[in-house]
Parts: sequence; C-alpha cells; structure tokens
Amino acid sequence: MSIDLTVNGRAVSVDGDATTPLLDVLRNQLDLKGSRYGCGLEQCGTCMVLIDGEAAYSCAREVGSVAGRRVTTIEGLGTPEIPHPLQRAFLEEQAGQCGYCLSGIIISAKALLDRNAKPSRADIVAALDRHLCRCGTHIRIIAAVQKAALMGAPT
Amino acid sequence: MSDTLPLSIINNRRMEKWLRFQPDRTVKLAVGKVEIGQGVLIALSQIAAEELDVGIDRIDILSGDTADAPDEGSTSSSQSIEVSGRSVRLISAELRVRVLGRLAQRLNCAPEELSVDDGVFLQDGKPTGHDYWSFSGPEDFAAEIEGSAQPKPPAAYKVVGQPVPRRDLIAKVTGAAFIHDIARPDLLHGRILRQPSRGAVLASLNEAAVRKAAGSAIQIVRVGNFVAFVGVDETVVQRAAVAALAHAKWTGVRVLRPEQQEAAWFRDQPSDDRHIGDPGPPAETGVVVSETYSRPFVAHAALAPSCGLAEYRGGHLSVWSHTQGVYPLRNSISGILGLKPEQVTVRHAHGAGCYGHNGADDAALDAAIIAMQIPDHCIRVQWRREEEFGFEPVSTAHMTRLRAALDANGRPVDWTAEVWAGSHVQRPVFGGTMLAHEALPNPPPPAKANDPGEANGGGGTRNGFPLYDFPAKRVIHHLALQTPVRTSSLRGLGALPNVYALECFMDELAERAGMDPVAYRLSMLSDPRARLLIENVADRCGWVSRGPVGTGRGLGLAWSRYKNKAAYACVAVELEVDQDISLRRVWAAADAGLVINPDGARNQLEGGIVHAASMTLKEQVTMDGDGITSLDWDRYPIMKFSEVPEIEVVIIHNPDFPTLGMGECTFGPTAAAIGNAVAHALGVRIRDMPLTRERIAAALVR
Repeated sequence: MSIDLTVNGRAVSVDGDATTPLLDVLRNQLDLKGSRYGCGLEQCGTCMVLIDGEAAYSCAREVGSVAGRRVTTIEGLGTPEIPHPLQRAFLEEQAGQCGYCLSGIIISAKALLDRNAKPSRADIVAALDRHLCRCGTHIRIIAAVQKAALMGAPT
Repeated sequence: MSDTLPLSIINNRRMEKWLRFQPDRTVKLAVGKVEIGQGVLIALSQIAAEELDVGIDRIDILSGDTADAPDEGSTSSSQSIEVSGRSVRLISAELRVRVLGRLAQRLNCAPEELSVDDGVFLQDGKPTGHDYWSFSGPEDFAAEIEGSAQPKPPAAYKVVGQPVPRRDLIAKVTGAAFIHDIARPDLLHGRILRQPSRGAVLASLNEAAVRKAAGSAIQIVRVGNFVAFVGVDETVVQRAAVAALAHAKWTGVRVLRPEQQEAAWFRDQPSDDRHIGDPGPPAETGVVVSETYSRPFVAHAALAPSCGLAEYRGGHLSVWSHTQGVYPLRNSISGILGLKPEQVTVRHAHGAGCYGHNGADDAALDAAIIAMQIPDHCIRVQWRREEEFGFEPVSTAHMTRLRAALDANGRPVDWTAEVWAGSHVQRPVFGGTMLAHEALPNPPPPAKANDPGEANGGGGTRNGFPLYDFPAKRVIHHLALQTPVRTSSLRGLGALPNVYALECFMDELAERAGMDPVAYRLSMLSDPRARLLIENVADRCGWVSRGPVGTGRGLGLAWSRYKNKAAYACVAVELEVDQDISLRRVWAAADAGLVINPDGARNQLEGGIVHAASMTLKEQVTMDGDGITSLDWDRYPIMKFSEVPEIEVVIIHNPDFPTLGMGECTFGPTAAAIGNAVAHALGVRIRDMPLTRERIAAALVR
C-alpha cells in the first residue's frame, strides 16, 4: 500500500507496511538519518520529529498514522551551510559532547520556540525533560536554546 | 620535554604515518586516538597547527584507521592529550625543523632567520617563495622520528589554549553523523539472538515462527550458538529478533540471584589479594575508626545502542566500529575468525558517548561473523536497546572499607583502604572475551580476572591511596576471580567509589575531631596545587557561612587528583533533601596544567559532574534469574534536564605545567561532595550508593 505525507515540505509517497515505525521510514526509505534510534520505547527522545508542528517520538509511531500530515526532521531546519538559528546557537555554544541526543533536542526546542518565542529557563527545561543526554551537556543545551530565542523567531 | 619518548611514537616511528602535506594545501594528521565525544580531535589538530605554524583549518585529521593511521592502543584513561597530544607536538615540531633545516641549506642562511606563516616560509619576515607544500619532499619523511626537536614554549602559543570550536558537531546538529548512519552498497541489516550467558546452548529455535513474525524474507545465520537474522529491511529483521526471544529454547543458562547485584556480595568470593603501600597489618593502637562504603554495578548506558558494519570481499574483511581501539579490535577479530591481521581493516566511526568499554567491539564482531557467512555484502548490525543494557560489559560493583588509627587530635596516623571488586578492565586485550566469541563452536577460555597495574593508575585501587600526609597508608585489594556478569572499564574505574569513600570518611573524621571539614583536610595536605583548588572552591561556595547540620539543606566538598597523577579537581555541591535529593548548585575547579582547548575542557568537566551525580543518585544495574533486569531507561534512570543543577567551573591557568588528563577528574569528587552534602543536610551518613529515596528513608529511621 502507499501512504502519502509531507516531509520537510516535500510531498512523499511511501510504499509498504503501514505499521512500520516512522523512524525506519525516515532513515531507510527517505535517507533522512538525522532522526536517531535510541530505544524504540519512547523513553529517550533521540528520534523526535515534528508532526504538524508538535514534537513527537517517531521510533514507535506507525507511519500509517501520519498519512496526510506534515513531518519535519532536523534536515528540514537547516543545513551545514545554512543552519537554522537553533543549530547555529548549538554550534556557537558548543552545546554537545557525543552529539547523539542533539537532533531530537533541537526538534523539541523548535516546537517550544514556535509556540513561545521568549521561554523562561523553566519552560526550556520542561520542554526538554523527555530527552536524555548521557554526556551531561544539559547546561550548555539550555544555554543554546536561550541563545536561539534571543536570535529571534525562526521560521 | 621528557627524556623518554611517548609510547605512541615508540610504536609508530615513521613520520608519514602521522603527517602529510596534501595538494590542496591542507595537512593530513593521522592519529590513533578517536573521538568519543570528548573533543580530542580538535585539541590534537590545534597542537599540530601550533607547532607547524599552519592555520587550524588546514589540519585534515584522520583518526582510528588500521590501514592509514598509527597504532595508539585504546582511547581511554584520560591519556589522549597526555600521550597522543605530546606525541603530535613532538612529531610536528620535528617535521618543521626538518623542512626548515633543508630550506636553510638551500638558501644558505641560518635556520633562525626562517619563520612560518600559515605554512608559508619567510626569511627575516620576507617571502622565500617556498612553503610546506612546494618544498617538503620524501627526504623529510624518510628518517625515523627522534622526538628531539624542541617544541614551542607555551608563552608563544597562538592556537593552543584557544577555545577553537569542534568540527564534528556541525554534522551532528544537521543530519547523518554516526556509524548508525553509514550506507554502503549491498547493505544488509542484521539483528542478533543473544546467547543468554556463556555456556548456554541453543536447544531449539522455531525458525518458521520467527520467519512468520518477521513478515518478509530474512536469512537466518547460525554458527554454533550464534544466531543472526539478516535482510534488506531493518524493520523486518528487528521484528524477527524481538519475536525470536519467545521461540528459542536454551539450556545451561547461568542463574543470577538478586544479592549478586550488591557490592557486599564480593566480600565472600574467591579473590586475588594484593597489598600496596606500607607493609604490615593495619595499626591497632589508639582510637581506630572504620566505615564501609559501596557502589553497585553501573552501566555505560550509551544513548545509542552499539552498532557495527563489516564486509568481506575478495579475501579482505573491512570493519567499521565505534570502538575505543581499532588495532586491538582488528587483532581480536582476525584471531577469532582465523584471518591474518593484514586481512582485516578496522576503521573508527563516531558513536554515542561510551565512557569506557561498552558493546561497541562486540557489535563489530557480530557484523564480522555474519559478513564471513554472507560475503560481498555490507552487514550492518545494530543492537536493540534491551540488548545494550543486557549484554554490554558493566562496571563492577565496588566496596571500600576504610580504617584509620587516630592521634590525640583526631588525625589519622595509620590508614588502610580495603577494596572488594571485580575486574575494572576486561578489554579483549586485557584478559576479557568478546561476546559473540563465546557463542561460536570453539569458545575462548573464561575471562581472567584482571586490573591495570599501579603504574597505570590501578583499577579497583584507583585513587584508593590517599594523598593526605598520613604517616602510614596502605591499600588491600581483593580482586574477585569471578563476576556475575561481564565487567569492564567505565569512566574513572575505581576512582569514583574510592574517592567517595575517602572524602566522605574525611568529613566523618573531621566531625569526630570537632573540626571544620575543609580546615581538617588542609591541616594534612601539603600539595600546593591541591590546597589552591580547595581554597578556591571553598571561597566561591561560601563555605565559611555553611549552615548547621540537619536542616534539609546541605553543602559538601571533596577533591582528588585523578589516578593520583593526572588532573586535580575540587567540587562543592549544594542540595536539598526532602524525600529525594535535589541538587541546587555545583562549584568546581580543576588544574590540568597546560589546557589545549579550554572550552572543550570545561565541557568535559561539566559532563563529568553530571555523569557522576547521575551515578551517585540514581544508577544501579539490577539482576535476577536469566540476567540483567534493568533493560530500559525506566528501570535504569539517569539524570534528567529538570534534575541538573547550576554548575560553575573554573580552570586554573597553569600553562607551564604539562597537560594532565582531565576527562575523569571531576568524577570522584562530585560523588563524594554529594555524599557529604547529604550528610550535612540530614545529619546522618549514607554510605551505599545510589542515594535513592529508599536509602534516605532507611537512614533517617536508623
């Protein structure tokens, strides 16, 4: 069967099993490797994507459930050449160690800034609390989101 | 400059193994240490750029590659800058001297007249028309590295000591960046049915049921008790692997008991016993005080499950791994698979932070075994989350009993640390075994209990020996001959539990002596670098106005010098205890001598604090029945964003002292500072980690 959805602004049609995890479709069919597998259990946040603008786990989300909806991955924000303000802020703050958690965290930060352009520290912490960072880079990550907020509303 | 060459140079004497000038006016720097999230590659690049006098952007670094980069063993034990950094500095300085020496001959001038500006050669500040790329030749690379060239004095540094940003983060915040993301031609995905334990035998596997659950075509690879599900569709092989757990029957599985998950279990186990330091038994004279502290088994718990890729084509096996040591892994894989070392190439690819020896090497062997059965394909094995928690080597539980004989002023005159623990390092090159090897038809002999020697900082004994000016001190180490599950290295080895014990006990002894804990420490500490750090942190945290004991709010402080020879760190923690412990603020200071990249160093110091706090407050590997039961993030919780305190780190500027490895130096002090702050908040001491709600409740009713 074929499932139609919009990924990073582009209409795509995905063939196959509607129960396949969205993450597997993004990574293996659409070659969008920025969304990462961490647990498959919706516990760690490395697979976070935007679905119609809301941050959502993709590791256990069946692709059939996002038919007709808009999915945004980290690749939809910016590129190494033209990074999104959030990506720029993370690089300027060097807010990463191993970096495995970062793409999912930036997605959740994007959802936060889209609904609240001037979040407090507590707002940021609450928005990121579904994410794990094993390297202990939390302080810098929070600072990077604060910096991105100061840079102005991203689109 | 030291009179002995670093091991990295001794093992790799050929200049072209390290440095090459490339036609696009870049410099290839090849190193054996690998990026594991600690920012080592930018630091090593800075060192080379500094000594060669080329722009940092010209350094094109290659790391961890058995075909094209030097053998520097494993990336571990905070040795990368101390050893590899020192090597890159000596090698770069020597290449510069060689090239400029030849240029001086050509120009018939003194070498001192020559200088280098971004790789371009100047004579008395004027262009010579030559640069590294046009002038260097094979003769500059012909002779063995001597290590005799004089590097720049730190006062002349322009690149070293600067917070140069890392390059690898760009990919990591925009898209594909990790081993998990590598796509190769003829890619097949693999998942493993793990042998539940060494010696377990697969009595039956209902392959039809597994194929049905997979829903699409898969290959089932079986070699002895090793089973893999392989196919073009990752989702399908994942389904097969999950379903297979219920369709496999094993015999001979070792049974675990819950008491084995506690450090105290080691006290009654057969052990290899060693006595280090002052001979003779612990003193029995005067007032003798003794307390026992422990930390349970803990996991590396990398955020990504382990992954390995392998392909066997034309008699050559290529492997990609996030291993800490590509050469040791190549040797292990070639030995296990009956190949010659030169038939195997291992290349490093970035993984999630590992903090030690986790499942990385094992996943690479999994892929290699499959690749030998299915040649001419790239086999990509990714572990499941439960597999990562259930089968990676964990860090051993560790118990430390301290015993002090006190003088009339309450100060120790005789100190004994007695340690019970399993092996803190069991890499395959260090007596350990690789996981899948145990499932193959000719399994290796059981892993041998082992630990690094004292010259390398010890394992169970790491930081067991106090640096205080006690007249007599000794460590008695009971290295357990067996552990209930595989154990191996995790950040700091025995340093965290030993510093927890030592620095908590010091607070307890200070209280007994009626002295302030900081003043008590300083009265027995002559190392000026340590004193400075403690005074720095005590000032910043407002130690003098520390409140009374037992208010629910606590301030604690601790310090150590990692391995008693690497970087110094002191940490103070302010926290509140209600039912749980809430960390509020952390103040830290570190002295690592010459710091190559202060921003990267600060990142490591902060990360060590959060990691150690997580371990101290929350982490324990649990076991029962068939194996480890803490198989997901609910059952193995780690620190969350809402639990992380404010952290303020100061790095002592000390560029004229040699660089000291600092990736692990805040680890032990953080744990002990938390322990001391909890005791200050509650008025009772909790000596067994993790400091959970249950432990707090139990301590309060004691």
